[in-house]
Amino acid sequence: MVDKLADLKLCATPCEADLKVCATKDDALEPERYEFLEPRRYLFDLDRRDFIRVFGAGLVILVGAGEVLAQESGRALRGQPSVPGDLAAWLHIDESGRARVCTGKVEIGQNIRTSLTQAVADELHVPVSSVTLVMGDTDLTPFDMGTFGSRTTPTMAPQLARAAATARQMLVARAAARWHTDAASLRVDEGVVRHPDGRTAAYGDLVKGQALSGTVAADARVEHPQDWKVRGTPVKKVNGADFVTGRHRYSPDIVRPDMQIGRVVRPEGYNARLVDVDDSKARAMNGVTVVRDGDFIGVVAPSERVAVRAANAITATWDVPKGQPSSDTVYEYLRANPERPEPAAVGSAALPSGAREFKASYHIPYIAHVPLEPRAAVAEWRDGRVTVWTGTQRPFAVRSELAEAFHIPESRVRVIVPDTGSAYGGKHTGEAAVEAARLAQAAKRPVKLIWTREEEFQWAYFRPAGVIDVRGAVDPSGRIRMWEFDNWNSGGAGLASPYDVAVKTERFHATKSPLRQGSYRALASTANHYAREMHMDTMARGVGADAVQFRLQHLSAARIKAALQAVADRIGWSSRGARALGIACGTEKGGYLATAAEVERTAKGFTVRRIVTAFEVGAIVNPDGLTNQVEGSIAQALGPALFEAVEFADGHLLNGTMNQYRLPRFQDMPLIETILIDRRDLASAGAGEASLVCLAPAIGSAVRSLGAVETALPVKMKV
Amino acid sequence: MARYLLHVNGREHEIDAEPGDSLLFVLRDDLGLTGSHFGCGEGQCGACTVLLDGAAVRSCVTRMGAVGNRAVTTIEALSSGPELHPVQQAFLETEAFQCAYCTSGMIMSATGLLKTNPDPSEADVARLMNGNICRCGTYPRIIKAVRLAAERLRGGTSAGVRDGR
Repeated sequence: MVDKLADLKLCATPCEADLKVCATKDDALEPERYEFLEPRRYLFDLDRRDFIRVFGAGLVILVGAGEVLAQESGRALRGQPSVPGDLAAWLHIDESGRARVCTGKVEIGQNIRTSLTQAVADELHVPVSSVTLVMGDTDLTPFDMGTFGSRTTPTMAPQLARAAATARQMLVARAAARWHTDAASLRVDEGVVRHPDGRTAAYGDLVKGQALSGTVAADARVEHPQDWKVRGTPVKKVNGADFVTGRHRYSPDIVRPDMQIGRVVRPEGYNARLVDVDDSKARAMNGVTVVRDGDFIGVVAPSERVAVRAANAITATWDVPKGQPSSDTVYEYLRANPERPEPAAVGSAALPSGAREFKASYHIPYIAHVPLEPRAAVAEWRDGRVTVWTGTQRPFAVRSELAEAFHIPESRVRVIVPDTGSAYGGKHTGEAAVEAARLAQAAKRPVKLIWTREEEFQWAYFRPAGVIDVRGAVDPSGRIRMWEFDNWNSGGAGLASPYDVAVKTERFHATKSPLRQGSYRALASTANHYAREMHMDTMARGVGADAVQFRLQHLSAARIKAALQAVADRIGWSSRGARALGIACGTEKGGYLATAAEVERTAKGFTVRRIVTAFEVGAIVNPDGLTNQVEGSIAQALGPALFEAVEFADGHLLNGTMNQYRLPRFQDMPLIETILIDRRDLASAGAGEASLVCLAPAIGSAVRSLGAVETALPVKMKV
Repeated sequence: MARYLLHVNGREHEIDAEPGDSLLFVLRDDLGLTGSHFGCGEGQCGACTVLLDGAAVRSCVTRMGAVGNRAVTTIEALSSGPELHPVQQAFLETEAFQCAYCTSGMIMSATGLLKTNPDPSEADVARLMNGNICRCGTYPRIIKAVRLAAERLRGGTSAGVRDGR
């Protein structure tokens, strides 16, 4: 049945307005340069008859992307319906009463398949098991910019909730009409409308033989978080059993009839130029296809192991330019290579008289995402159309990449994203998809390409390196009088200090980057929080103030204060005695948090014993899922805080294997405690990223109790 | 090229391969057993973990020439029918995953571990599973899940737990 949806045609039209106008369509979107925010606009070329043909009987609710488009009230459409021009999702209830929701969002580990299901089930008044989400398939789901920036819970969840509420209202209205009674007297539970006199009508019965459709009412009433029944509860991952049995097929696990395996021969280093190739040995191998297209060299073979042998049999000579920046010289490079001439004079803010100046420069290295599922794709051509299964956060952008690469319209490209083995901001692009499609085109059969771990390290992209210069001035009363903060290349997220300071200058300076860089979970916010909070600690220590009190005196934001107070209380800040404690607080993507760390001296330096994080993101949709995200974020953030940094020189990566690039493991785990602050009076913010940002400064400031610390990540004691 | 008789999940398969070929890709490509995942190819992450005569090994760095007569067990054969293995059930109940790409390797490592160490402490689990990476950082939950499974296996209470759907 789902496959029939492939008949739907989504037409892409070039954005009429200029980039700036489109980019502001979602004002709440983080102005983050590394989010790969290319604007797009789609017209939905369908009339109601198509919908009926595609969905069959039942009820379809269309979800417009913006409130402006959602004009129809929740009633069945008659005559010519207005189909929203910019669909975000749709919801269909079939004759068995099952709900199917199509959204272009993808599941990459933040558990949105489950949390969105909760929102729909809650508003429809049906069990979670009656709702199925179809996600990230460019033929089946409406356009979506991508799954990033912690936007799913604050934007997609309310849209789906309104769609479900609209559907429920329409179904109740149908039952009321059938029974000639007032809809207000009816109630719904478990997908059955109930009359006070005992009569019942299941959703499936109410739509039987009908083809109903509607759009979401702008004023569709959804439950207040205080009245949530399914949201706010620890619903288990809806398809969890598929993962513990190995049944789920990630992109690298997809198998197609007659499929072969591809490999790409990579350049020897960054910015390398191909000088010469000898592929004769590979061409002579049984069943092997060699693909050459410009600098692209690839092979296709019946199995992975033959593909490896064929790729190894190709001798390519590359010219790698000498004198490329290294991980040691990158910080000078960033300062010296602005993208535009810098008008602002940096480090020029006047020092208030009588105030003491604190100055430091913080170095942030490139780090790698290292998603455990490497880039992978299966590509299949049929009748001039290509279908690609791949793990990406932006299926529609990958569709565009493929269309461009092969000079075909997007209508001839289908991208399907199976639930993916993580991304962390590292899969905004479709490299493997394009490569697999090129190999499949040459081999004239489906081809699977799985990047090796070395390829993933070397040829994906990194979280940007950065230099952050900070100047602060504190007067004798302990008040911060001046704050100047300049970030080169890390990015703008989390740049703004939450502290009350009369004179503040905060600037982001775009620079050239010697390595390919892009988005990362919480991106620049980690770097900016590190520099800011370490500097707050420096100033507090410098004027002999308590690090918690010093922050509280400069905070009027109640939500941050609540988080800070909660962790201080839990870790026993005021009774810390000789324990080496550190603390940091902040806000990111609509979440408010604080983290405290306890460290201990060891023969080699220090070790982290205990981490406490308090996190507030408005009304909590799935408390266990959120705890999992916060604990996981802390575990993941231990890497960049303690040991992750990409080393490179002369166009070569020096630690591009999992053996060399140290990742957090079981034995690195301190005691991790999480305090969730549930605010049912506030809208839910996204929660997949923010809880990373305070860990490094909490650890860094704790280590200062043991000795001087370098102003760089990872946290290191001065020798 | 040599011909190997491979014992996998209770069945025998004839496989043509070089002695140095990785067991993981034979399992995945030749036998369609894709539940063992490719994560690093260096034996560093554990996503490809399978059992060889009951002991957990990294199948990506296990060479075909080194398997011999030993029985290979993959995640696909850990349980049969609707009943989950107690380790699978414990992972499911504890939600000891996020993206879950590491999960089948974690479950196989834990199953191997519990055969020789039926009552591991938290520190034991951390030490013995340190070769498995969960990039999403669900380590504390995995430790809980493994100890929950250990408790049930010791108490013989594995019966009756069903596929949690």
